[in-house]
Amino acid sequence: MKKLVILGAGTSGTMMANHMIKKLPKEEWEITIVDQYKTHYYQPGFLFLPFDLYKTKHVKKKGEKFIPKGVNYILDKIDKVLPKKNKVKLEHQTIDYDILIVATGTKIAPEETEGMKASEWHKSIFDFYTYEGAKALRNKLRDWKGGKMVVHITEMPIKCPVAPLEFAFLADSFFINKGIRDKVELVFVTPLGGAFTKPKATKALHYLLEDKGIKEVVDFNIEEVDSKKKKIISYDGKEVKYDLLVTVPTNLGDEMIERSGLGDDMNFVPTNKATLQSKKFENIFVIGDASNLPASKAGSVAHFEAEILEENLLRYIAGKKLKEKFDGHANCFIETGHGKALLIDFNYTHEPVEGSFPFPGLGPLKLLKETRMNHMGKLAFRWIYWNMLIKGTHIPFVSATMSEKGKHFDKKN
Amino acid sequence: MDGINRNEEGYLTDFSQWNKEVATNIAKECEIDLTDKHWEVIDYLQGKHKNEEALSIRGIKKSGVINIKEFYALFPGGPLKISTKIAGIPKPKSCI
Ligand SMILES: Cc1cc2nc3c(=O)[nH]c(=O)nc-3n(C[C@H](O)[C@H](O)[C@H](O)COP(=O)(O)OP(=O)(O)OC[C@H]3O[C@@H](n4cnc5c(N)ncnc54)[C@H](O)[C@@H]3O)c2cc1C
Repeated sequence: MKKLVILGAGTSGTMMANHMIKKLPKEEWEITIVDQYKTHYYQPGFLFLPFDLYKTKHVKKKGEKFIPKGVNYILDKIDKVLPKKNKVKLEHQTIDYDILIVATGTKIAPEETEGMKASEWHKSIFDFYTYEGAKALRNKLRDWKGGKMVVHITEMPIKCPVAPLEFAFLADSFFINKGIRDKVELVFVTPLGGAFTKPKATKALHYLLEDKGIKEVVDFNIEEVDSKKKKIISYDGKEVKYDLLVTVPTNLGDEMIERSGLGDDMNFVPTNKATLQSKKFENIFVIGDASNLPASKAGSVAHFEAEILEENLLRYIAGKKLKEKFDGHANCFIETGHGKALLIDFNYTHEPVEGSFPFPGLGPLKLLKETRMNHMGKLAFRWIYWNMLIKGTHIPFVSATMSEKGKHFDKKN
Repeated sequence: MDGINRNEEGYLTDFSQWNKEVATNIAKECEIDLTDKHWEVIDYLQGKHKNEEALSIRGIKKSGVINIKEFYALFPGGPLKISTKIAGIPKPKSCI
């Protein structure tokens, strides 16, 4: 028997298990998937949880429900990969592989910033990138009376790079609905040159910040949090005070990647950006947030990657040349508050543009424009996620590579 | 700087047009006189770019070329934004 081992049963790993069980002959291939937790989280829902827009049951389910029959599901912590021996050492056993898929994602590392994860963690300093953080923040916001809320990105890259901005927009709506918007100062702090960084998006969308009265502090690279004096301090000595800090800490690949000697500076695995094969070992493939691809770290990207990875795994097994097909396609809804959202569609070479986009059951949605239909799309995404996406069901009309139809490109860039 | 293609923010759109003279001129626009240390940083950034590795302050910290305080001192204001412009490579961006 040949062995395919998938590390991580999050969005990408679960999708790949569902794809490959249908494609690989059972008499020849055994498929194993490993994860440390029995819960599968719907991470996009962590954005809504703090504002009581979703309940906890909407964002977590038993992982087992989504692992197809016939796949060997191991709950254990991965210690390290031994790539030269084609083995993976788990905490409680060691397993062999012929082909390995790394799908261990990325997670926050607040301990990387001095003063962040100290006595004020989840008291006046919160993240919303974890279930625990989002829930603690929800409890805080339920009776917060107002003050200065700072929404902050520590450093890039982070998964779902637009989530912090969406958080700021939703916070504005939330405080308006609560009748305390006049008591809240909202500030968005980013290490980049602006909350929006692409010229077309900046032009089309900067009004959102102005209309909502969200202040921007740019080029801010944090050195430390002074949680006693409630301020964040940058390397060049700039300071921003806060009453409530909502931060997206540094995102790193799992330490397992470092222990295995497979990662870069941030524990992401160097990966061929068109084929999804790791650069160091030909029988190791990488999908989702765990790779170092210059694509967005998002569930939609992982979904597009999954189709291409399936094809390339079958080619690799058949001894054929891999297809250099992945173009970095991403397709993300961006909540803008008050029941509206934007939709963006882009890839390695095209920045988000205006136009329209077909989505199943919702028809044409407007790109880069705030509409109610886009918000319905974002909400529908939760259903699509649990019922289609991670189960590997093909989503009609949405193709893995980006389509140029119906979009307003000026020129190729 | 005639014939050098740059975008609306002043970044080169074609790296093959980069040379030391171009870099020196862009640095002048940013009110920076390039020293040996600047060139070392530029060389490091270009290497990262060639390997399609993302640029970050953390990367700088681990680079062994320079520490973060020095990086700020060499390229005051937005060090990554300014140093990439002088190095002829795109500035670090988000997806939107
Ligand atoms: C707040 C927020 C909002 C988001 N919004 C959107 C959105 O609107 N649209 C969108 O497309 N994407 C969104 N995303 C991003 C999306 O959730 C991720 O890109 C996606 O989940 C990546 O899938 P993955 O399988 O690569 O990683 P994950 O889903 O994170 O899975 C990794 C798995 O590996 C396991 N693992 C890691 N290390 C080990 C180990 N050592 N031992 C055992 N198991 C291990 C983990 O337990 C985990 O289950 C959002 C994310 C966040 C945090």
